[in-house]
Amino acid sequence: MARSLLFPEFKIERDKERCIACQVCVRQCANDVHEGSDTEDTVVSQEEKCVGCQRCVNLCPTNALTVQTRKDGFRPNGNWEDRHLRGIYKQAETGGILLTGMGCDRLYPVYWDHLLLNASQVTNPSIDPLREPIELTTYLGKKEEKLDIHWEGDSPVVRTRLAPQLGLEVPVIFSAMSYGSISYNAFRSLAEAAREAGTFCNSGEGGLHPDFYPFGENIIVQVASGRFGVHRDYLRVAAAVEIKIGQGAKPGIGGHLPGEKVSKEISRTRKIPLESDAISPAPHHDIYSIEDLERLVFAIKEAINYEKPVAVKIAAVHNVAAIASGVVRAGADIVTIDGIRGGTGAAPQVIRDNVGIPIELALAQVDERLRLEGIRHHSSLLIAGGIRSSADVIKAIALGADAVYVGTAALVGLGCHLCQKCYTGKCNWGIATQDPVLTKRLNPNIGRRRLVNLLRAWAFEIKEMLGGMGVNAIESLRGNREHLRAVGLSREECSVLGVKAAGEGW
Amino acid sequence: MRDPFRIPSGCAVSGILNLDGTHVSGEKIIRSIEVMHERSNGLGGGFAAYGIYPEYAELYAFHVLYDDPLTAKDVEAILKRSCTIEHSEEIPCKETENIQNWPVFKRYFLRYRGRSDCEDDEVVRMVMEVNSGIHGAYIVSSGKNMGVFKGVGYPEDIGKLFQLEEYQGYCWIAHGRFPTNSAGWWGGAHPFGLLSWSVVHNGEISSYGINRRYLQNFGYVCNLQTDTEVITYLVDLLVRKHNIRIPYLGAVFASPFWEQIEKMEEPKKEFFTSLRTIYGGALLNGPFSIIVGFPGGMFGMVDRIKLRPMLAAWKDSTFFLSSEECAIREIAPSLDRLVALRAGEVISERVGERNSHGQKLTVSGV
Repeated sequence: MARSLLFPEFKIERDKERCIACQVCVRQCANDVHEGSDTEDTVVSQEEKCVGCQRCVNLCPTNALTVQTRKDGFRPNGNWEDRHLRGIYKQAETGGILLTGMGCDRLYPVYWDHLLLNASQVTNPSIDPLREPIELTTYLGKKEEKLDIHWEGDSPVVRTRLAPQLGLEVPVIFSAMSYGSISYNAFRSLAEAAREAGTFCNSGEGGLHPDFYPFGENIIVQVASGRFGVHRDYLRVAAAVEIKIGQGAKPGIGGHLPGEKVSKEISRTRKIPLESDAISPAPHHDIYSIEDLERLVFAIKEAINYEKPVAVKIAAVHNVAAIASGVVRAGADIVTIDGIRGGTGAAPQVIRDNVGIPIELALAQVDERLRLEGIRHHSSLLIAGGIRSSADVIKAIALGADAVYVGTAALVGLGCHLCQKCYTGKCNWGIATQDPVLTKRLNPNIGRRRLVNLLRAWAFEIKEMLGGMGVNAIESLRGNREHLRAVGLSREECSVLGVKAAGEGW
Repeated sequence: MRDPFRIPSGCAVSGILNLDGTHVSGEKIIRSIEVMHERSNGLGGGFAAYGIYPEYAELYAFHVLYDDPLTAKDVEAILKRSCTIEHSEEIPCKETENIQNWPVFKRYFLRYRGRSDCEDDEVVRMVMEVNSGIHGAYIVSSGKNMGVFKGVGYPEDIGKLFQLEEYQGYCWIAHGRFPTNSAGWWGGAHPFGLLSWSVVHNGEISSYGINRRYLQNFGYVCNLQTDTEVITYLVDLLVRKHNIRIPYLGAVFASPFWEQIEKMEEPKKEFFTSLRTIYGGALLNGPFSIIVGFPGGMFGMVDRIKLRPMLAAWKDSTFFLSSEECAIREIAPSLDRLVALRAGEVISERVGERNSHGQKLTVSGV
């Protein structure tokens, strides 16, 4: 085969003085970048295979390795960026769709970074979370418009039965990541952390391995277009069921787990033959309209005896507010909206980077639309796609979200370095792989602890910010855009976000 | 004219309720609020009085403030659509040393012509229509046998301007305002009134943004950009429309913490859980103490962690609420009982419940 026109993306520097040729890097790299010698005390590296995951750098006992983005020597061109050339070379060589993993990495505006929070001064005392309780407890699910109260003398008799709710101690849920796209140990870390932190994780559309049934009270199971692993017990064991219509990283298209990843355990979990491709169609073939969605929502509610909330997940697309309104009217107790920066295990790069809209704009519009229609209380709003810190969480809640999903942030907590090669199955961090040599690198006990720490740290930070605003219950911030101000945004963007410009008072 | 901004303010509040229904003039409440002169800054003061129009007790008494008297025709056209104006007059005002200029105040006594089961809703609709639609006119109060008198100035001067010593009421509520920027508009003063509710409020509601959006769901338009307006509408929604009784308002406005609710016994636990889950948008967060007047009664309440002061007192058949003890002692030097309201507590009294006499404390939120 002719030599590839692609340059290596990374430059590996090995400090010869420091390298002791211990070959840790050789053993750690699933991409076979480093090669040791049986006869000589040297290790050589093939840069073209490197994905920049930093595993070898992290584990090198003498800090002899540096892996840096290599500066391409292409002649500078304002129109033809390096990525365009690389894409064309790759496609000219392979004739295929360019694949990628994780969320959109293009430089679209990140609106979280243009929103600033408020704090109390003089007229309103701030609250110290170390001295006073500050509540983050959140309930997701349909809320009645009014409580039907009957008075017997002075005693109230409540005639309204609350719709089923998901109770969260911290308004952050681990996003849908299937066993298959991530490893058993990664899934176990998420499930155990969700239980310990008083929140939930989402099964994704990969079914639920029997080992995780005991975690059912903290798991939201997904019903997606492939219906993998969906059966009665799967629906009944979970705390809630989510119908996945779309995903922010790849709105409008389905998914594909290649047969080589369908191991014995995954075949058992997904209820598909060993080593067969698991293909999720682009649409649900029993949902071609909003009324079809309503039938599936209620079919699931029947199956779970109306005892648990049913969520519907859609990708943030141009007409998202109207679509969300339809979803609410179709009976969803929770509407999940996933923005363009939402992650994925595998997606065509052209879709990931060009389809959909940022979650901030979608959230602001959906919340406002549901309120204008007087149906905001019919469903809770869960949002996903690019939540990076506690600041993003609190801004999302002030914009109108009930809680947020985190996927990428959780994986980063487990060691992910965002190399975007999840689709190769060679994750050196043991997260997005099924290779037993790699998966055992992630210890679920350590993984659990790291995730619980992360949520705990974010909860502390959220409480500090809430207290600063003089608010001691998260519901008083939810949809309270008076506590947000925009910097560096156009008038149109402010108006879409429903937020005033920084400097404007009340 | 109308201030486009929401103005945070510190304040003095005071209220008197005669539990035996005896009518007294406004002189006492003016003395009481005047003691707390330092809690206001001359940019707003006002009073609500109950029982002052016995001859028109069956009719809605509308107090309307006209910045632009030419809008009176438009306002009256709206009122006449569903009501008959039985009587109208300018509210008499008398120049005082400190107030030489004031807008036109008129009062209308209205008989509603439509179906009786929707007359309150219709009145609310009219108030919303005038207050958000007609620039230059503003309905200050819209209840029966009650009225709100308010303006820019120290409360004692406002009281003298409206000659409140000439009125006889069984319940009086007063407010002295300390806004943190220039108010400049008479309609922005307190009390805030809707139907027969009148609310005076000391504090700042940090949850304002969501409370306002929550109320939109139910057709309430907040056009005044004041926290007090939001509180008034929430009281109206919860008590009149949602059948929540006053002693339980604390469970919504200043809800107990989830930890406290967990420890409650059934059926109280279920009630409080349901209230908090469903009415999260009505939770008032931030510092406040409020006095709310309603036909035949008055209640006081403070926020969930008690960031603003409020005291309740009883002397013979009179019930007092105030920001400071001195304001009560000024008009009743010796008291039978004096308590400071606890966080989230509602203390409510009604005419005719004299036997309570300070013993029957309605406690919620704890």
